[in-house]
Amino acid sequence: MAVKQISVFIENKAGSLAKLTEVLSANNINMRALSVAESEDFGIIRLIVDNVYDTVTVLKDEGYVSSVKDVLAVALTDEPGSLSKVLAVLGENNINIDYMYAFTANKPGTANMIVRVEDNKKAGDVLKANGISEIGEEDLTKM
Amino acid sequence: MEKYYQPEVETASVEELRKMQSERLVNQVKNVWENVPFYKNKMIEAGLTPDDIKSVDDLHKLPFITKDDLRDCYPYGLLARPLKDCVRIQSTSGTTGRRVVAFYTQHDIDLWEECCARAITAVGGTNEDVCHVSYGYGLFTGGPGLNGGSHKVGCLTLPMSSGNTDRQIQFMTDLGSTILCCTPSYAAYLGESIQERGLRDKIKLKAGIFGAEAWTEEMRHDIEEKLGIKAYDIYGLTEISGPGVSFECSEQTGMHVNEDHFIPEIINPKTGEVLPEGEKGELVFTSITKEAFPLLRYRTRDICVLSRKKCSCGRTLIKMAKPMGRSDDMLIVKGVNVFPSQIETVLLNKGYPANYQIIVDRVNYSDTIEVQVEMTPEMFSDDMKVVSAKEKELVDALKAMLGIYAKVTLVAPKTIARSEGKAVRVIDKRNLYK
Repeated sequence: MAVKQISVFIENKAGSLAKLTEVLSANNINMRALSVAESEDFGIIRLIVDNVYDTVTVLKDEGYVSSVKDVLAVALTDEPGSLSKVLAVLGENNINIDYMYAFTANKPGTANMIVRVEDNKKAGDVLKANGISEIGEEDLTKM
Repeated sequence: MEKYYQPEVETASVEELRKMQSERLVNQVKNVWENVPFYKNKMIEAGLTPDDIKSVDDLHKLPFITKDDLRDCYPYGLLARPLKDCVRIQSTSGTTGRRVVAFYTQHDIDLWEECCARAITAVGGTNEDVCHVSYGYGLFTGGPGLNGGSHKVGCLTLPMSSGNTDRQIQFMTDLGSTILCCTPSYAAYLGESIQERGLRDKIKLKAGIFGAEAWTEEMRHDIEEKLGIKAYDIYGLTEISGPGVSFECSEQTGMHVNEDHFIPEIINPKTGEVLPEGEKGELVFTSITKEAFPLLRYRTRDICVLSRKKCSCGRTLIKMAKPMGRSDDMLIVKGVNVFPSQIETVLLNKGYPANYQIIVDRVNYSDTIEVQVEMTPEMFSDDMKVVSAKEKELVDALKAMLGIYAKVTLVAPKTIARSEGKAVRVIDKRNLYK
């Protein structure tokens, strides 16, 4: 199922992230989630947006280097232990997580996780078998 | 009282020097004509035979040799003696990756070390001194050259090599080093470290011989003050022998060229025409005594001035000013020769675009070099590990090519300044040539 995540390269300098979000805002792009990974001199911004195609086009026009990657999205009930359960299932099945981040949407009682793994299909199947459901692109648009 | 290592040469009359140079040049030209096909062909192309070179006045007729020629002749193409007669190799970086290797017979090592011995004697060194050599040892000529010179003078020699500042300072205080040989930036750093540790009273240094990189008068004063010594310049290049091609004396106003071994000329770098004494141009050397790897009219690319003005030290050897710049784009970073083309070669080999910028600076007396590379879609990934691994791979490849660490910074596309469509490749913030 998986959802599309856009990664953008920016320099690790004051104002670079502001400039990126201004570009998105000016083009009427709404973000569902954002996470930052940083090194000494640059950062990788990961975005979940409402319109992937438009976003990629805008970023390209503005001279950004970006890439699109399928990542796993799961909805969790907003209660203690629900993340642990997901992680335990992945761990038991020897699935390593490269990185993950959380976001909430306008659905009360639900938290959402983006999980980056090597094999989305395998991870999705394992979660499904354990009663954890993935969110797809369509669910995201409805948020 | 001024001391000389070889007074018969160092204070010889100009006439004697010229006679010596002429005899040696004539022999050297015969030698390369007979033993190095590269030179013979070049001379034939220029319509010359050894008979055309009768004295130093004919030197200007000979064709030049360049670093590119050294690269093309790598490794044995310029060898004038059989390998069995050679005892040493030293090496320096070439323009595009292929290194320059210089060969030495025992005779060549001796004359090189004698040149360094002249330099050590000129700063007051005798067999009573403890000579602390903190130049790098190995393929780099700095350590081996001064080490050999120190032996010849009879100093107690400390072959420290570079790095490990704590140990340097401990040996300096415990063993009473009196003469320090290293790069000027390392000398300044040592000076600062010694002050920080409050050990200025515990060191016995009186003089330092600092070369392999450009330094200013301000830096000289800074080092002299911090270490409480006299700081002297020394010049050399692996192609010609190593440090000691020229050296500073008590007057500290330029370096005496060991012209009984290396004849200097100043040329117009554009036309190749020889310029009169006192005019600024590119420095060219002819090694007239070396056996294994003699270079005739080697273009150093250093911009310089020569002067025969009488020197208060009593030496009659011609003096060269501190180099005032380069006629090519070579950078000297931490005493190591770096060509932008080497960096470009690494980037292209690794699949990076040729949009790059080199930033050289001096932070805390130590040179730094940074290579900024524009990010491309091919290099990019959502995964930090992947991007970092690529960055590390580039750092390692640059280290292998240059021999020194260069920081790699990935920058946003189209951020590197371009002038008339071509990127400004090098920003040197050190302002070394004033």
